Amino acid sequence: MSDIEERVKKIVVEHLGVEEAKIQSDSKFIDDLGADSLDTVELVMAFEEEFGCEIPDDAAEKIVTLKDAVTYLTANSN
Amino acid sequence: MRRVVVTGLGTINPLGNNVDTSWESLIDSKSGITKITKFDVNNYPCKIAGSIEDTNINGDIVSPREQRKIDRFITLGLIAADEAIKDSGFISENESSFRSGVMVGSGIGGLDTIYKNSSILDNQGIRKISPFFIPSSLINLLSGHISIKYNLKGPNSSPVTACATGTHAIGDSFTIIKNNKADLMVCGGAEAAICPLGISGFSAARALCDTFNDQPHKGSRPWDKDRSGFVMGEGAGVLVLEELEHANKRNAKIYGEVKGYGMSGDAFHITKPSEDGNGGFRAMEMALKESKLNFDDINYVNAHGTSTPVGDKIELNAVEKLLGSNKNLLMSSNKSAIGHLLGAAGAVEAVFSLKSLETKTIPPTLNLDTPDTVTTINLIPHESISKNIQNVISNSFGFGGTNASIIFGH
Repeated sequence: MSDIEERVKKIVVEHLGVEEAKIQSDSKFIDDLGADSLDTVELVMAFEEEFGCEIPDDAAEKIVTLKDAVTYLTANSN
Repeated sequence: MRRVVVTGLGTINPLGNNVDTSWESLIDSKSGITKITKFDVNNYPCKIAGSIEDTNINGDIVSPREQRKIDRFITLGLIAADEAIKDSGFISENESSFRSGVMVGSGIGGLDTIYKNSSILDNQGIRKISPFFIPSSLINLLSGHISIKYNLKGPNSSPVTACATGTHAIGDSFTIIKNNKADLMVCGGAEAAICPLGISGFSAARALCDTFNDQPHKGSRPWDKDRSGFVMGEGAGVLVLEELEHANKRNAKIYGEVKGYGMSGDAFHITKPSEDGNGGFRAMEMALKESKLNFDDINYVNAHGTSTPVGDKIELNAVEKLLGSNKNLLMSSNKSAIGHLLGAAGAVEAVFSLKSLETKTIPPTLNLDTPDTVTTINLIPHESISKNIQNVISNSFGFGGTNASIIFGH
């Protein structure tokens, strides 16, 4: 597991209160991990904080799985 | 005519995180007032309050993760609601859910959440504002959360009448059931304003006690000559009100009946009660009229009794005028032990009023060493007393000159 993936997973565990073992790379935050739409806004804020970047709204809308987040942050974080 | 009874009680307050624990402490003359330790009060004129320890907040009822997304007043309200609903044994399903509503208010709501987000906006900018900021601080979101959690689809609302909120919530719910718009209402109030902005705001209004910082448990002393203002408390009280036949059909335990409810406005001043006590008098009179009881059927007044120099005397005068011919009248203030829970005060005091009816025990007025007024009413100083009472009236008066009184009886 990459360092970025590990950090993203940690944030998802903390914010959504799900067990780490249940999170798959293609788990959807809303459909599979029980998040609601406000939770996903907060998740994106936590990613920004952790990775020191700003995720524009149109990019944030496309982050629906752990993999999406890792891909985006690998390309865009400092 | 539809009659309304109480079938469930719940509370979390400075004396305990449920009805039985806090009631036992109350009648044992314990005080829940301590020094404020959650934030630095060095520069505050008032350094004491009736706080609830975080360790007393049951994470099984509201998980820590859930708590992060709601203001503390909602957490406290959900805990009291859970106890009251479980106590009533009512499970809302199918058609009954449409006839079961919620009305739990708050005086101020998510004050600390608003304060914290205001600082974030100023210091870190708009992108750091939580998406949960607004839903965690809106007052009616407590009624919303309770309705979602317990499937209550009937009337859903939240009164906001400062320190009269809890009593208005219960009285308005009584009226809703009486008028056949619901069969059951989960009602009451919640407050969590022991935060920097809350304490400093009430201090600036010169409303808080500032003379017993070294002896916190002595700070709240209604009718005593050394009182200097109210001591703030936090917590919640929730009642389940139910139409009598509805309650009987499911063999619910009945604590008492709501017999009458009165409301009035002072039309006088933003923070002071009208000097002649006419507002409070008319609220009590309206409740008594609806109850069809005589003045001497009321055995006990669960007073508003905040420990402010002006308010206590005015309430006592109003009670004397309406009920004073009853030479056996009892009157005490729960605030002497738990402080003033603002929008939750009337609701927690309603819980204790019903416990007084149930257990025939009247809680004391703590710290009433030297009354500064002469009265024939027994203000029950220091220690609780045993008395078989039939009817109790509970008063709540709020900033803005809003008054509410409610009568519970066997």
